[in-house]
Amino acid sequence: MPFSLLKYGLNKDYPFEQHADLPKPTELKPHYDVVIIGGGGHGVATAYYLAKYHGITNVAILEKSYLGGGNTARNTAVIRSNYLTSEGVKFYSESVKLFKELSNEFDFNIMYSQRGQLTLAHTDAAVRGFRQRAEVNKHFGGKTELIDPQQIRELVPTLNMNPADMPVLAGLWHMDGATARHDAVAWGYAKGATQRGVELHQLTEVTDVIVEQGKVTGVKTNRGNVSCGCVVQAVAGHSSLLAAKAGFKMPITTFPLQAMVTQPVKPFLDPLVSSPSLHCYVQQTGRGELVFGGGSDPYPLYSTRSTMDLKESLLANAVELFPFMANMRLMRQWAGLTDMTSDYSPIMGLSPVDNYYLDAGWGTWGFKSTPICGKSMAELVASGGKVPELIKPFSMDRFNSFRQVNEMGATAASH
Amino acid sequence: MTSMIDNSMRLNAPMGLLLNRDNAVEFLFEGQRYQGYAGDCIASALLANDRWLMSRSFKYHRPRGPLTMAGQDANTLVQLGGDPNALADRTPIAPNMQIEGQNYNGTLDKDRDAMLGHFGRFMPVGFYYRSFFKPMGVWDKWEGVIREKAGLGRLDLNFEPEYYDKKYLFTDVMVVGSGPAGLSAALKAADGGAQVLLVEEMPLVGGALAYNRFDIEGIEADRLRAELIAKVEAHDKITVMVDTVCNAWFTDNYLPLIQGKRLFKVRAKECIIASGAYEQHVVFRNNDLPGVVMCSAATRMMKLYAIKPGQSAVVLTGNDDGYLTALELNDHGVNVKAVVDMREGAAPMDLIDALSKRGITLHQGYTVYEALAEKGNKRVKAVDVRKITAKGEVGNASRVIDCDLLCMSAGYMPAYQLLCQAGAQLSYADDLAEFTLSKLPEHLHIAGSVNGIHQLDSVMADGQRAAQLALNNLNLSDELPGKVSCSVKPNFDWPIFSHPKGKDFVDFDEDLQAKDIVNATRLGYRDVQLVKRFSTVGMGPSQGRHSALPTARLVANSTDRTVTETGVTTARPPFAPEKLAHIAGRIFDPYRRTPMHHRHLELGAKMIPAGNWRRPAFYGDPNERDACIHTESVHVRNKVGLIDVSTLGGIELKGPDAAEFMNRIYTFAFLKQPVGKTRYAVYTNEHGVVIDDGVACRIAEDHFYVTATTSGVDRVYRDMTKWNAQWRLDVDILNVTSAYCAVNLAGPDARKVLETLVTDTDLSPEGFPFLAYGEADVAGIPARLLRVGFVGELGYEIHVPSRYGEALWDLLMDAGKAFDIKPFGVETQRLLRLEKGHVIVSQDTDGMSHPGELSMTWAVNRKKPFFVGCRSVDIVMAQPQTRKLVGFVLPAESKKPEEGHLVLEGDAITGNVTSCEYSPALKQIVGLAFAGINSSQPGDHIYIRVDGQLVEAEVVNLPFYDPDNLRQEM
Repeated sequence: MPFSLLKYGLNKDYPFEQHADLPKPTELKPHYDVVIIGGGGHGVATAYYLAKYHGITNVAILEKSYLGGGNTARNTAVIRSNYLTSEGVKFYSESVKLFKELSNEFDFNIMYSQRGQLTLAHTDAAVRGFRQRAEVNKHFGGKTELIDPQQIRELVPTLNMNPADMPVLAGLWHMDGATARHDAVAWGYAKGATQRGVELHQLTEVTDVIVEQGKVTGVKTNRGNVSCGCVVQAVAGHSSLLAAKAGFKMPITTFPLQAMVTQPVKPFLDPLVSSPSLHCYVQQTGRGELVFGGGSDPYPLYSTRSTMDLKESLLANAVELFPFMANMRLMRQWAGLTDMTSDYSPIMGLSPVDNYYLDAGWGTWGFKSTPICGKSMAELVASGGKVPELIKPFSMDRFNSFRQVNEMGATAASH
Repeated sequence: MTSMIDNSMRLNAPMGLLLNRDNAVEFLFEGQRYQGYAGDCIASALLANDRWLMSRSFKYHRPRGPLTMAGQDANTLVQLGGDPNALADRTPIAPNMQIEGQNYNGTLDKDRDAMLGHFGRFMPVGFYYRSFFKPMGVWDKWEGVIREKAGLGRLDLNFEPEYYDKKYLFTDVMVVGSGPAGLSAALKAADGGAQVLLVEEMPLVGGALAYNRFDIEGIEADRLRAELIAKVEAHDKITVMVDTVCNAWFTDNYLPLIQGKRLFKVRAKECIIASGAYEQHVVFRNNDLPGVVMCSAATRMMKLYAIKPGQSAVVLTGNDDGYLTALELNDHGVNVKAVVDMREGAAPMDLIDALSKRGITLHQGYTVYEALAEKGNKRVKAVDVRKITAKGEVGNASRVIDCDLLCMSAGYMPAYQLLCQAGAQLSYADDLAEFTLSKLPEHLHIAGSVNGIHQLDSVMADGQRAAQLALNNLNLSDELPGKVSCSVKPNFDWPIFSHPKGKDFVDFDEDLQAKDIVNATRLGYRDVQLVKRFSTVGMGPSQGRHSALPTARLVANSTDRTVTETGVTTARPPFAPEKLAHIAGRIFDPYRRTPMHHRHLELGAKMIPAGNWRRPAFYGDPNERDACIHTESVHVRNKVGLIDVSTLGGIELKGPDAAEFMNRIYTFAFLKQPVGKTRYAVYTNEHGVVIDDGVACRIAEDHFYVTATTSGVDRVYRDMTKWNAQWRLDVDILNVTSAYCAVNLAGPDARKVLETLVTDTDLSPEGFPFLAYGEADVAGIPARLLRVGFVGELGYEIHVPSRYGEALWDLLMDAGKAFDIKPFGVETQRLLRLEKGHVIVSQDTDGMSHPGELSMTWAVNRKKPFFVGCRSVDIVMAQPQTRKLVGFVLPAESKKPEEGHLVLEGDAITGNVTSCEYSPALKQIVGLAFAGINSSQPGDHIYIRVDGQLVEAEVVNLPFYDPDNLRQEM
């Protein structure tokens, strides 16, 4: 038994408050050096790195609901770096590196679990795309291989190799693929940030952004106005709506993305398995549940309702991939909102408003970027607007100059 | 093997509404043979044999028995062969069914992991977040250990899916729940002229009327149930579905029902939810022991299954219903030792008198502080009863009462799931200590105890009220619905009695105790959603049916907020766990066959998927792929070949504005395209990216026929209709992909073959030149002829109505015999077009490829005012280009690059190979690749990494084959 558990067990009146992960609510101060809008993984990670590496702690995170309650809570916790572009692979690889250290850095177990991710190719086109992704990954030191059906059988013996009459031709085996307890990532960052003096204000909704002479000077909230030196917006799912309050447009369309989970059963599936052609991916959580995800809903919407249609098509394909799963019982279905850009890459960096920094356009790839995005955004804020090299390709003005970072082929149904 | 035929706990008829006593059923539980009756669920059949321990809990492996007898809890999840997590209290027994408990190490009765419960103090809430990770790397080891303990049942990985299917239903009014509210609502709505679908989860109609006692004499429920059922059965406007669960509410009353192995998808104009309420447990130490049940579970055991739930009982209650349960137990020979009422002086006199007449002791203002167990916690044996001194606190004086059954009722939680999925709001009425629902969407109504109405007559009136609202919406009536209120308060304010030694469970699914919830808030997880996520409360199979209410109360209390402010976590579909098989239904994966499909199979084609079509890749031995393709390609180059291109998209555009429409959609100029000519058509999206191409034929001034790629046509057609919804041009757009089929007859002898069949058209090079279009009679088949050159030889695309497809194929193959015609597949076509340097959109392009990168600027008219993507193309083309699609060659003996291999310049990735094959015609390796702009001119060299080695290839002019296009234009 680990020592830390003994400590609790033997102390009858363990003073939980003294060891709280998150502080009790406080009043809003009239001014902060930095206001971060959005208390999801990205927002709290930015605050954490600001405090940790840059000594900037007069920071408020304003969250309209509860900590990590948006897409941090709704994503299916896939961590990977097997992207297509050089820019993407470099960026996400840094994220994977940081993820591996987080538990020990936080003193809080995020249950990082490197299981490997297997993506299936059922068409020649997919094989071509996968070969390219494997090559790009290897070029930057990642562990990704194009593997043949025999190797796939050995990795996942339970997989049907001819699902929906679409024979599996090859697989992209991404050994760095992993999962983690998604909520714990946000809590760990929040814990580290608040312990360093950052304020986390939940149930605090930003109702307007105050911009004077092209420069942000504060925000209005349901709890009163706050002035600030700069703002970081990290509100995945609502990025364009908040940007509109700050007075500019974003090249983003928002689509719901649904996922679902079964009752737990004994572990039988280690790798994360994904089939873009069948719009389906599945992984078994540490609790033994199967989590399924698929493609985004076909039309833009700001609603997190569930639909029957998506559930039917997704699960029909899941049963094609693993016929015995027909006997599993589905427990819960939910949805998140994905801010999609035209090149399937995020938007990080400067905005048309001075001192107003963007962390947006995270589509279906937000969770896996949490550490590196937070770290980069903190650098950006601390330097007063000097964009770090790693995130330069992801600036919003790339859409004006058509210097897009095309990840379309590397994101479909393999979040 | 000994057979357990006991049934010692059975009551006489008329108890056992669900049983057929003429039909004994034998089954196996944990390897032991048992007997029950048809109609028994697994749990009742086991209880009949006095078997209470049925499964074990998730975390501490606590022994568990039935709690609700209605499938509302996860205490008795059992394994049925390879089918895990079946509800023992809902699943009927079947002959020779093999059943096992879950979550034990060893046997159900002797679980080696039962000691986990003793280590509970070392597993505080969220303990796994605080441990197992130091030093770095140690989590990788612990994870395996913990994972081994995770999960509930075991899945049979060899399970073969069974037949499940789906059906659509439509109704004026759907009523969910057939208790007194649902029955009254159904009758009222049907009497008012509406078609009604009444859905009941249990195998019999009546809801609480079937098992609960509503009066001291115990006669009212049976009388009323019989009366209502008679009326419902006689009504021709009411359809009743029992054993059917309405498992979700989706927008606009789209309601999935699950019955047996069928999923019904219902659209209801009006929906009335009369789903009842879940009886709630009291939180005290060992409240999870087998033998501790809800009051309604005890009455269900007796009335539905003729089970005598125990020999001696204690009833713990916070409302009057517990008194009636005590009377029912007493009537069936159970020695009721005491009724323990948590309230002080709230019970009506007639109930108190009824107890005393039967000699049942009553303790008012008392509670059960702890349930005491036999060794191994397998059954309750006594309870420790204490006086309540303050909210959640008890005195020191203890009174131990022996019993083997404890029935409890702390009140009710509305079955809010479907309503909250529909957006209804839950708020807590502090005076009633009860959650109530409000803000329902239109066409959704609520009635009965789910609406906070608990007196029988009011419940019925509430059903009629809801039905009236539905009738008004259906324009079948316009009466004002009556007002219904309720004067009964069935919920006890604070039925939570924490014990310093714990095991006072709030959530049975997840083994969470009162202190776990409180400590989560003390650690800073104050929002109820965070409490859930940190502690896992409500995340188990029963999704918070019993934990939501005590959790809300505990969190509110611990964070100084109201229960309404605290709330409960979001209810999401499904209502009850549903098998994937139900949702997947029949495994139905239609793929499309071209009209010549059978001919391909007869000719030995290797078929491959192409979008949702199947196409011949090549003909011949699948193991000799390269040789087959080689032979076919040489044959097309030297003689004549035939390929089925029916999967090509076909779009018909007709109307005065057809040419203008074409001109706006595609990049080329189409206004002046002559009738009888074809023209290459490139489609760019709004980002200026090439996303499809095809051939446009001008059939008449106002009539175009344009092809699209196999996988792209649906999108192109969708985009066309979308754009014209804005442009409002006078043009009809029709996707005729499956109405037409097509072949490409290609090779130097193609004309000779076609001439034997076509007599009404001059096919000479002058009469029907390259890029011509015409309509012709092909041996009696009306055909559209396109002279195209995709493979680089003299060729004719012949498009005919689909019904002629097979005949056309046969005619051409027959006529071609004299010229040694051979079929060729799509892989061969890919090689041939590569030799010709033709791009396949989506293979040789990616999500960012603009016409400039693809050397397609010749097909883009920059003078016309507009086409989709024109603005973006202008912007992109004005910038310095960074990459370009180029042709490259390598000697035949060189290492062959694969599609997807990278083009490198030093350390930088500048591009990738998109197509690469050995060319039999040119005797060298040819390919297309994106290359950096500085190495994209003929004569430049590019470096391709092939299996780790750099290969140097030379950039050449395209096409590789027949650079002067003499062959396709002959």
